[in-house]
Amino acid sequence: MLVVKDLTVSYQEVPVLANINVTFHSGKITGIIGPNGAGKSTLVKSILGLVKKQNGTISYNDQSIKTIQKQIAYVEQRKNLDLTFPISVFDVVLSGTYAKLGLFKNPGKLEKKQATNALEQVGLLELKNRQIGELSGGQLQRVFVARAIVQDAQVVILDEPFVGIDLQSERAIMDILHDWQQKGKTIIVVHHDLNKAPQYFDDLVILNHGIVDFGPTSAVYKPENIQQAFSADLSHVLFKNRQEDQTK
Amino acid sequence: MSSITDFLQALSQYDFLQSALLTAIMVGVMSGIIGSFIILRGMSLMGDAISHAVLPGVAIAYMLGVNVLLGASIFGIIAAILIGFVASSTKIKMDTSIGIIFSAFYALGFILISMAESSTNLHHILFGNILAVSDSDIMTTAIVLGLVILFVSIFYKELVITSFDEVYAKTYGLKVQVIHYGLMLMLTLVTVSALQTVGIILVVAMLITPAATAFLWTERLLNLLILSAVMGTVSAMIGLYLSYTLNWASGPAIVLVAAIIFFLSFLFSPKQGVLLKTLKQRGGMK
Repeated sequence: MLVVKDLTVSYQEVPVLANINVTFHSGKITGIIGPNGAGKSTLVKSILGLVKKQNGTISYNDQSIKTIQKQIAYVEQRKNLDLTFPISVFDVVLSGTYAKLGLFKNPGKLEKKQATNALEQVGLLELKNRQIGELSGGQLQRVFVARAIVQDAQVVILDEPFVGIDLQSERAIMDILHDWQQKGKTIIVVHHDLNKAPQYFDDLVILNHGIVDFGPTSAVYKPENIQQAFSADLSHVLFKNRQEDQTK
Repeated sequence: MSSITDFLQALSQYDFLQSALLTAIMVGVMSGIIGSFIILRGMSLMGDAISHAVLPGVAIAYMLGVNVLLGASIFGIIAAILIGFVASSTKIKMDTSIGIIFSAFYALGFILISMAESSTNLHHILFGNILAVSDSDIMTTAIVLGLVILFVSIFYKELVITSFDEVYAKTYGLKVQVIHYGLMLMLTLVTVSALQTVGIILVVAMLITPAATAFLWTERLLNLLILSAVMGTVSAMIGLYLSYTLNWASGPAIVLVAAIIFFLSFLFSPKQGVLLKTLKQRGGMK
């Protein structure tokens, strides 16, 4: 269980997140949704210790998050990476072992085996020697999920993993998320596409600088929350479609 | 062709030429290796800045009679820290910060060097004088080469991951700043060694041109490092030959050779060569 308590974060004195209190449960896939600029990425970056927080504490099973930094895997947005970098698919996945290896130790047979297995799980073993720029967006996303598999962390955070990827990759990634869910990991997904939110996530956090609501998706995904975080129009469209789906 | 035999004969005869060749090779290797990481991290401008910013350190070391490496390292690191500090604590962007700090250091270096003019030769510091390499220079260069190879082999995976994906490295608790400043320290050491060979103004060319050339030929990092070192060495050797035969300044000669090799690769390299790409496109259109 990952608990965020009274979290406040500002960038150059402009508050992005104010007094956030939210809990992420083990064995659940939790989606974080909210409009652009709502602070979704900032929230996960605070959990990862990548941004400075003005106030608040973050703990995992009653331990300070700092002491278990290596137990958090992060699958960042692909657009932030240099795809011309001379590194192969296999070596990217292998870098998932670096956290546990620490300094001065190089990956050996065991680590390479882990990387091979992870690539097999995401269905990309035959592409392992490709330079990463030669992959499609979906394949690339699977590579970074494979790296998170290798990291074998208790908490996995994915930032917009489903943006611009093919259906096959989306399914492969969802399979992995469900596998992690079975193993009792805490899975946090920053997500933009409201349509699919109910089908992906067990729990939802609706964010707009503050927490609008959080809890089981069935309880939280409702018109008034969407209206409050996004807009009345969007809420109207989404839930109208849904009603139509149900009547069909 | 007779000039090549002349050169080889001179090489067997004169110690100074042997020393020059040995230094050129060592500098080619170390700048190729460190340069590869510089270009991959998008830090070419930083490389240029640090190589210029060591000048006051060089001048002060001459004045006090201490080892040039020490003076240069101190100023190189101070410059790297200041550049980072100005950029991170204000809204000023990195390239602007680099421009301010390195030109200030360079200017200070000029004034200090002119004050110490009697014992040093500004021209040689600026453009290199590889034919006047002393035994202690060779020693220093060998030590720096050793340090560079040691640093890269010990921190290889950290250098790779911080270059490729710094955010990920941070999330698993790697001290990315330590790796950054370690690399900056290596950069200043390489700069000082390359001073003798190509001069302070052209050090950046030794760092980035061979590495950029290698980048056009390979998609494997290890190959990039090796190829970059080879390109650096070949440029330095051919440059030395031209410098000796045609009486050109060694620095510009070496840098021009490196640039010509880059240009040829730019045209002909199999994956990224512009000429082959154009031909392929034409072929595809028919």
